[in-house]
Amino acid sequence: MFSKPCQFLLIACSLVLLAACAQQPQWQLNDVRGHLPDLQFDLTADNGKPMTAADLRGKYVLMYFGYTHCPDVCPLTLVHLHLLMQKLGADADQVRILFVSVDPARDTPQVLHQYVVAFDPHVIGLTGTADQIAEMAKRYRAAFNRNAPQPDGGYEVSHSSAIYIFDPQGRARLLGTSADPVDEFAHDLKLLIQSG
Amino acid sequence: MKQFALNAVVYAALCFVGTAMAASSLKLEHGWIRWLPANLPAAGYVTIRNDGGKPMKLIGAESADYGMAMLHRSAQKNGSDSMERVDSIAVPAHESVVLAPGGYHLMLMEPKHPIKPGDTVRISLHFDDGEALQAAWPVRPANAQ
Repeated sequence: MFSKPCQFLLIACSLVLLAACAQQPQWQLNDVRGHLPDLQFDLTADNGKPMTAADLRGKYVLMYFGYTHCPDVCPLTLVHLHLLMQKLGADADQVRILFVSVDPARDTPQVLHQYVVAFDPHVIGLTGTADQIAEMAKRYRAAFNRNAPQPDGGYEVSHSSAIYIFDPQGRARLLGTSADPVDEFAHDLKLLIQSG
Repeated sequence: MKQFALNAVVYAALCFVGTAMAASSLKLEHGWIRWLPANLPAAGYVTIRNDGGKPMKLIGAESADYGMAMLHRSAQKNGSDSMERVDSIAVPAHESVVLAPGGYHLMLMEPKHPIKPGDTVRISLHFDDGEALQAAWPVRPANAQ
């Protein structure tokens, strides 16, 4: 029915399309490429020094908002990220985890430092003024809410469960939550690292 | 004869009381504490097994090693992580309830002395029938699984 050149062209086109499909990564987390702002911030790290996103260029970055007076969910999330680092093996060297405090009133760099080192060496704690933290949370649409204080002055802070993943150029690539299985994070990070 | 009858009644009564006291339907298993640095609140976890036919409720906790112990429940809802204090945790008849990371847990504050991973902490769980179960739980590092 088709001439030989047409047949050849049809087959060639099909192969190109198939190859293109095969190269689309099958992410297990949410692909947010192009949908969230690049990694950008101006905060204080747990070593007490100012830090910006420029300090993290060249690294894959996972970011989670939490606070140190939370004894259950935040530690659980950091334990999962610690497990993730173990699963990544040598590739973990290219990854950093940002724990951004939604409770800067209590989370001084000193407290944050003791906290993050108890979980994993890849974790960097970030804090700042209330305005700086609010701006950071707003940039990434990460809602948080400081609840009414208890009689002893203690309070809880509800916060976004989102875990953001940025590539070494600072682009937002993937979005997961603290409830997603570690294996999904491992799968996607390995894929992200491999695809360069 | 009168003395014998009296002795028998007293003996029977003591047996009955002794049996009642020994037969708590509740068992605590796999209790542990997640330690956090900088005197931050720690978390306590445990499995409570109710082998009896009567539903029970955990209504409070105390520790000889902490000034304050509260019952809490973590939740993830609408993309937010949060936790709230709860007044009680139901332990239905013939069922187990698990206080585990991500769900129910004890929040332990104001350590009475320095506490670190490797230590053992004394916990007392109070139930709605008035009984209190005592336990000693190991303290594990922050990143324990």
